[in-house]
Order: sequence, then structure tokens, then C-alpha cells
Amino acid sequence: MAAGFKTVEPLDYYRRFLKENCRPDGRELGEFRTTTVNIGSISTADGSALVKLGNTTVICGVKAEFAAPPADAPDKGYVVPNVDLPPLCSSRFRSGPPGEEAQVASQFIADVIENSQIIQKEDLCISPGKLAWVLYCDLICLDYDGNILDACTFALLAALKNVQLPEVTINEETALAEVNLKKKNYLNIRTHPVATSFAVFDDTLLIVDPTGEEEHLATGTLTIVMDEEGKLCCLHKPGGSGLTGAKLQDCMSRAVTRHKEVKKLMDEVIKSMKPK
Amino acid sequence: MDGAMHTDAKSRAETGTESGPRGPGCSLRHFACEQNLLSRPDGSASFIQGDTSVLVGVYGPAEVKVSKEIFNKATLEVILRPKIGLPGVAEKSREQLIRNTCEAVVLGALHPRTSITVVLQVISDAGSLLACCLNAACMALVDAGVPMRALFCGVTCALDSDGTLVLDPTAKQEKEARAVLTFALDSVERKLLMSTTKGLYSDAELQQCLAAAQAASQHVFRFYRESLQRRYSKS
Repeated sequence: MAAGFKTVEPLDYYRRFLKENCRPDGRELGEFRTTTVNIGSISTADGSALVKLGNTTVICGVKAEFAAPPADAPDKGYVVPNVDLPPLCSSRFRSGPPGEEAQVASQFIADVIENSQIIQKEDLCISPGKLAWVLYCDLICLDYDGNILDACTFALLAALKNVQLPEVTINEETALAEVNLKKKNYLNIRTHPVATSFAVFDDTLLIVDPTGEEEHLATGTLTIVMDEEGKLCCLHKPGGSGLTGAKLQDCMSRAVTRHKEVKKLMDEVIKSMKPK
Repeated sequence: MDGAMHTDAKSRAETGTESGPRGPGCSLRHFACEQNLLSRPDGSASFIQGDTSVLVGVYGPAEVKVSKEIFNKATLEVILRPKIGLPGVAEKSREQLIRNTCEAVVLGALHPRTSITVVLQVISDAGSLLACCLNAACMALVDAGVPMRALFCGVTCALDSDGTLVLDPTAKQEKEARAVLTFALDSVERKLLMSTTKGLYSDAELQQCLAAAQAASQHVFRFYRESLQRRYSKS
């Protein structure tokens, strides 16, 4: 009987739960879904991570290649993120060129990398003006159940922590690069940006970590990316219902607690991987 | 209705700086707005902030493709064309921001199964581009007569390395700033409709920028009101 009501009046169905301060899947309004992370599963990539946020699954693979540094920044390498939402993850996506949501997500990830200074681009330079590393970060969603931005940010962070770059020396006589595959170094990850997404319901209620259905019924979304010092890298609110400054404050405090949870999870996973 | 109505306004804060070189802090650049300058679209507007200029045309409510129609409200489409080159991923991201902001204020339920298309063309970019696009889009929607529950405006704040706030930064100020925050605020309660930020900043700085943007939005809304009054008082 509940299933019938849910199909016919999904918004009303949700409102009944929200009135009791909980959600249909049993979570509280401020509770995240179970987050699991698996690092290093793709052996052909230089770094990889799989993140599951409830049902939402995102896998990130990082490949490092050589490139000439850009002319206006000869001592910097670069990071190229790309988010792919294939038809596999949800029936709303068709095959073909990336749709709007994938492009927006790619731009969001590029902004997070740029704003949070997660990697110092100078670290990626091998020989100024001649050779630098370029990191291609491909994020592929395998299962879309809402909150794609949080999952992508976490997957990117975990994958970058997992990347090992071989040492490269430039042979002075032949002017060629010599790659020493036996000696690999981890990247110097300077900050740990963590994203927290909220959905706005009926212009007033804020819920954390929306599922696919909740996103569809919401009147607005908000994503906050915070690093460990409480500094904000990104406040992404693409339209939707208006929010007052006080509501934003509540979101900030939730984002701070989420950052601690994610950092703890990351540290545990990294520690369990280290003796390799 | 008969030809374009050109309205000019200088906007300054209570500190009373002249519109030439502005003092640090709270003043916005010179604004100008022109409505109904294109003959084909149902509504059009050109908004100029300092040297940044955006031209917008609105078509709607008009016929919508069956694949895109929504049964109970209007489908809003936004197309943003940059000044040079082909539209890329950054334009798509901005289109989504502008579209969702417009969707929050446009009363789409009054025109179900129709489409409202907003086409923005960047004429010149000298800083605060997204805010100028939002202001121009709002003026064009008003010119087209699209029913809205509130007006909206865009305000950009730049924070430089020692924490000084500059509103409506020029391209040079944006480049040198530590963080650039763009907000869209609605006219009824000054609530935050849209926000997009670049760079690192603290929570306290965010609240400070938001408060400054809310104060500045009053000037923008007053300018909207004056320009519309001038336009309709003649005809």
C-alpha cells in the first residue's frame, strides 16, 4: 500500500517522513549513507580508488603521462579531470557526447583541484620548459543514486593519494628522459578537500547526502567543499530555493563533521595499504 | 515598446565615492541597461557593468519539443555564447547555474508544456561576468513579460590576500584575488539563490561577503526599479 502511495504522490510520501525528522531509508536528516572506499584496485593505472556512498558508486583512475608544460607556466605540470556518466549508471543518460550533468561535474572537479591546491603543480614538473607530468583523472560512475559530487571528490582524493610516480632523470648527453620504474614516489597531497552535499526541500528543510529520488524531488541543492583547516574551497549552489545566512552556517558545521569522518576513513584505508 | 529605452544610472554606496576611481570596499561600477533593443526575441536586454557587457534575448513561452516538455511547468533553456571560440565545459557549467537561478524565480507553473529560452551573448568581459549575465537575464525576462515571483541580481566579491573585500571586481582585481565569490540574490528577502566560488576562504569571510553582497544588491534592485519606471513612464 505504501508503494502505491509512493508512486502516485512521491512528494507527499516524502513529506510524511520528513515531518518525523527521518527519511524512507531510515536515515536521520543529517546522516550520511555508509561510505566504503577501496584503493589500488586497478593495477594498470598509476592510482585508483573505488568509492561507494550507499548505492552510488564512482571509480577513479589516474594515469600519468609526459607532456610539454604550457607555455605560460613552464615550471608547472597539469591535472586533467574528466567525469563520465555512462548509460550504465542510470537510465537517464544516453550514450554519445557528455551530457550537461557530466560536464558540470567535470568542471566542478576541475575547480576543486584548482581552488584547494591539492597538488602543487610545480611538483609535477620534471624539467622546466621541456618536460612535465600530466595526470589524467578519469572518474566513472558505475551506479547513480544521487550525490555524485561527494562521491567523485572522495574518489579523486583517494586515487591521488594512491598515485605513485616513477623517478625521472634527464640524461644530459642524449637529452632524453630516463624513467626508473623501480623507484616510485607518492604524490605530495597538501590538503584534503571533502565535499558535503545537501538538498533543499520545500524551501526550508535541508537534508544531507540526497539519494537519486530525493534529488529529483528537491527544490535545490548545495555542495560545500571544505579542507582540514575549515577553509572552503567551493560553495556550489546552482540555483534553487533561497537560503539565509543562518541556514548556511548550519551546513558549514555539518560539513566540518563530515570532513572529520571522511579523513578518518581515508587514514584507515591508507594505513592498511602501506606495507606493500 | 517604441524603440529602445536607454537608462543610465550611477550606483554608489553610502560612502559616497564618485563613479571614477572607486574607493576600496563597497562601491559598484557604473551600470547601464537597455531593454527591447532586438526585434526578434520576445524580450531582450543589454546590461553593462563598467566595461563588462552582456546581451540577452528571451524567447517564450513558446513551443517545446515533446521530448523536453514537462507536464506541469515551463521548460527553461539557457544558452551562453562566449565572446570568442566555441562554447565549452565552463559555459555549460555557467548555463546550469543561470538556468537553475531562473527556474527558482520564474513561475513556470503558469505556462505548462512550453519552453522559455534565454540566450546570452558575451560582448565584452572585464570582470564580474557571471553577475552581469544574471542581471542581464533578469532584465530580459522582465522585458519579455515572463511571470516571476521575484527579481534576482548577481553580485561578485573578490577577497585579496590580506582579506580586503572588493565588490564588482575588474578582470585585473579578479586575477590578483585570493578568492572570487559570485552570488545571486532574490529581491524579496535577499536570500541566496545561487553561489559559485573560486579560491580558498574561511567561513567568516563567506558570511562577510554575503552580507556585503546583500547590501550591494539593494543598489542593483533600485537601479532595476528606476530603469523600469523611466521606461514605462514615457509610454
